[in-house]
Amino acid sequence: MSEPVLRVQDLAVNFISHTGGLMRRRERVLRAVNGISFELHPGETIGIVGESGSGKSTLARAILGLIQPNRGRVMWLGENLTELEEEALRQKRKEIQIVFQDPIASLNPRMTAGDIISEPLWTFYPNMARLQVEERTRGMMKMVGLLPNQINRYPHEFSGGQCQRIGIARALVLNPRLVICDEPVSALDVSIQAQIVNLLQDLQKKLGLALIFVAHDLSVVKHISDRVMVMYMGCSMEVSVRDALYHRPLHPYTSALMKSVPIPDPKLAAAARQDSWLTGDMPSPYAPPKGCIFHTRCPYKVKRCEADVPALRRMENGDWVACHRAEELDLSI
Amino acid sequence: MALLEVTDLQVQFETPEGVVEAVTGMDFCVETGETLAIVGESGAGKSQLVMAIMGLLAENGSASGRADFKGQDLMQISPRQLNNIRGREIAMIFQDPMTSLNPFLTIEKQMTEVVMHHQGLRKHEARAHAVEMLRAVRIPDPEERVKQYPHEYSGGMRQRVMIAMGLLCEPDLLIADEPSTALDVTVQAQITQLVGELREKSHMSMILITHDLAVVAEICDRIIVMYAGEMVETGTVDDIFYHPRHPYTQGLLESVPRLDRPSDDELHTIPGNPPNLLDLPSGCRFRDRCIRSREICREKPPLQIREDGCMSRCFIDMDNDEFLPDRGDKGEENAGEDSP
Amino acid sequence: MNVSADTKTSNMQVEDPFAAAMAEIDIPGRSLWVDAWHRLLKNRAAVISGIIMLIMLLLVLVGPLLSPWEGDFTDWDHTASPPNFETGHWFGTDAVGRDILVRTLEGGRISLLVGLVATLVSLAIGVSYGAIAGYYGGFTDRIMMRMVDIIYALPFMFFVILLMVVFGRHIVLIFVAIGAVNWLDMARIVRGQTLGLKNTEFVEAARACGVDHKAIIRRHIIPNLLGVVMVYVTLTIPQVILVESFLSFLGLGVQEPMSSWGALVNDGAQDMESAPWTLVFPATFLTVTLYCFNYIGDGMRDALDPKDRA
Repeated sequence: MSEPVLRVQDLAVNFISHTGGLMRRRERVLRAVNGISFELHPGETIGIVGESGSGKSTLARAILGLIQPNRGRVMWLGENLTELEEEALRQKRKEIQIVFQDPIASLNPRMTAGDIISEPLWTFYPNMARLQVEERTRGMMKMVGLLPNQINRYPHEFSGGQCQRIGIARALVLNPRLVICDEPVSALDVSIQAQIVNLLQDLQKKLGLALIFVAHDLSVVKHISDRVMVMYMGCSMEVSVRDALYHRPLHPYTSALMKSVPIPDPKLAAAARQDSWLTGDMPSPYAPPKGCIFHTRCPYKVKRCEADVPALRRMENGDWVACHRAEELDLSI
Repeated sequence: MALLEVTDLQVQFETPEGVVEAVTGMDFCVETGETLAIVGESGAGKSQLVMAIMGLLAENGSASGRADFKGQDLMQISPRQLNNIRGREIAMIFQDPMTSLNPFLTIEKQMTEVVMHHQGLRKHEARAHAVEMLRAVRIPDPEERVKQYPHEYSGGMRQRVMIAMGLLCEPDLLIADEPSTALDVTVQAQITQLVGELREKSHMSMILITHDLAVVAEICDRIIVMYAGEMVETGTVDDIFYHPRHPYTQGLLESVPRLDRPSDDELHTIPGNPPNLLDLPSGCRFRDRCIRSREICREKPPLQIREDGCMSRCFIDMDNDEFLPDRGDKGEENAGEDSP
Repeated sequence: MNVSADTKTSNMQVEDPFAAAMAEIDIPGRSLWVDAWHRLLKNRAAVISGIIMLIMLLLVLVGPLLSPWEGDFTDWDHTASPPNFETGHWFGTDAVGRDILVRTLEGGRISLLVGLVATLVSLAIGVSYGAIAGYYGGFTDRIMMRMVDIIYALPFMFFVILLMVVFGRHIVLIFVAIGAVNWLDMARIVRGQTLGLKNTEFVEAARACGVDHKAIIRRHIIPNLLGVVMVYVTLTIPQVILVESFLSFLGLGVQEPMSSWGALVNDGAQDMESAPWTLVFPATFLTVTLYCFNYIGDGMRDALDPKDRA
């Protein structure tokens, strides 16, 4: 097994807000990302799944350095990104890129598609000849499935799926080794989602990219990932190999997520209809539960879960889980 | 008599680039106690369809056709009469609860306002009713919660409040426009279950507009599939999921990634891009993206109607999956055809 | 046209040779500005105002050249005479026999010039100042905006009088004085817009692509502010003209023999009862100009509405 290209160690991001009036100003801490660790190997895809408030988008930005983490390390090819100066970090952008969730909002409406894709080239290779830049831009457009003659059109003249292709082209134009996809298909129609997912998989194979695929849609993540990490309220609940996760999840939250995913099949849906046993709502992120952060909604909790925080530990099959009862529970689907 | 019967509904919009036909010749009905799903992707016209029926079209939109609700044509009555029906007999829930709730008013105020207006209840009666409704949608501590503001609720709770508000006046018809799209999957599961329960208790009819086929499979009875403003296929839930006739429906079902299927190397897709309503192909609107399209698809496809109510707008025969042999016999096939 | 779909990359492989040839030619894009322009053209009030302003501009530039009188020529035969086609004084004359028409047009040159130049000055300073303060935020922003607040608090008249006393009543001074005050508003508006734009996803995307701060301001922030700025400019110009008029009214504006609409209105107001035409004509020109700019400004604001996606 080759060396991991990315090693995230105990990464944490806190947001501080102030409440109270003039007199009683209190600080409230939101632990958006609370000690996340994982590894990524070249050419591998790790899916990060979680619901809103799980911190997955914050995690993506922290890895990139768009948000400064409060704790932890991001080891990229042996270098710790969190300790780099602004300029050195900027240079790393050639190697780590991101595709955003909202395809239209992530494109400057006043720039043409060609300019948007060329901008990274202007930034890092200011001496590159104009013709060369244009050639590379058109090449990227073809690679992502856009007709190169659309190069002078503006984002509002493209559909959502096409805008996302522009975003992907922009992310790939510098030949990065890692691309973080932050919910890249959530805003798209179902049939277009499939196109973009296929495209990403294709490009990954062609270019040997490592991918971090952040999403809330378990079904989509299943298709593209080699391994999957499940997040809940900033913490990592489980990190497992894809097939293992989807057949026998180790963590009750993963199991609940999978059971909640509606199946587009009336007969199966009728059979599966049961009391959604994920009780209650997510607790306030400002007042996270003590002990296991999931225990307030867990149908398998025991006394211990209310007091002790379960560490993310390795199971026999090599997968990781943060649950006191992981060995005894059988959550097979 | 059906609760709602829509005939030949057309919706158009004036845009700087020209007139856009958002909905073309829709005919359908909703029976009492039935849940109808209107499924389609962006640009299909499904939201515009119900906006037109409810009289909520944007300024540059215009609609024609009939929408008979309990015998009254909603498209013809005065705005005042429509206002009375809206909220009381027909309720509507929108996609984004944050923008549908007034951030400056408490939940109590917003809920009691509706009830007092439509049912003439007094303040304390209305309040009790509101609290009851919140309890029914499983909001914890409803007596306390009712005094709070929308921003103090989570997304899932807000959507539940919207449902509660919709149900306050015990409407005959509930129209839900993408109610769970903005929600997390666990919350979505709760809401879907909740709606299913409420449906069973009352005999409320529902129109569910969504692009999420999985949710449709859970709670709907019949489905209308729309593409580029037209109805391309109709049928019961079983028909559509297990025997889809129209290539678009088939493509749609295949491109939904499913947890219960093994992970293929590739997802099936529908090639091409969503339709541009200003630049639709002649004849069948789906032919540019249809893997089975032929020369003949340049003509307007017939609307095939079967006895059991299933319909498909395609040249491919519903029963034997072959192209219709003699499309010259336009008379019969076009029996249910919409007006051009 | 037979279309076979390549499901892998969903690129349409078109077998139609004509379409293939068409695919070689680049399709021109339709920028949002063009869209907005088309929308503006549909606004009748704005278009009419625009035409009137163009005519006005033509008149003030060319009119005085065509007139038989010069602005400072005193026609002793016809002092304080009402409008009269025969004498050639279409707008009449003032107390010393100067032709009001020519004076009005020449005054227009000055008023419009002041409006334009002062606005350009406030634009140049205000946009960059506001964008920098808004983008960098934090301490930089606080200091910069506090300076704006302080300057704002200074009494404008005091400042102008001070300038006049020190440097004399030069026309350029008027530009400087007015521009020096107007950029403050522009800076505030631009800063506000920048704060919003800073958090958009495409700016975040630019940062993720390693674009440096200066380039982000130049390429991403400023072009997306221009809409608001332009609207504000069209509403500033009339404001500036009014300020200049006010200064003239107080006797601090342009010096004789140069005149501006404000100065003319001032003079005319004094002879209002005996020679109303000396007031009416300049005042009308002034008012019409102000109305036109306001209509154009309104039209632009509507045309540049945030929902300017197709």
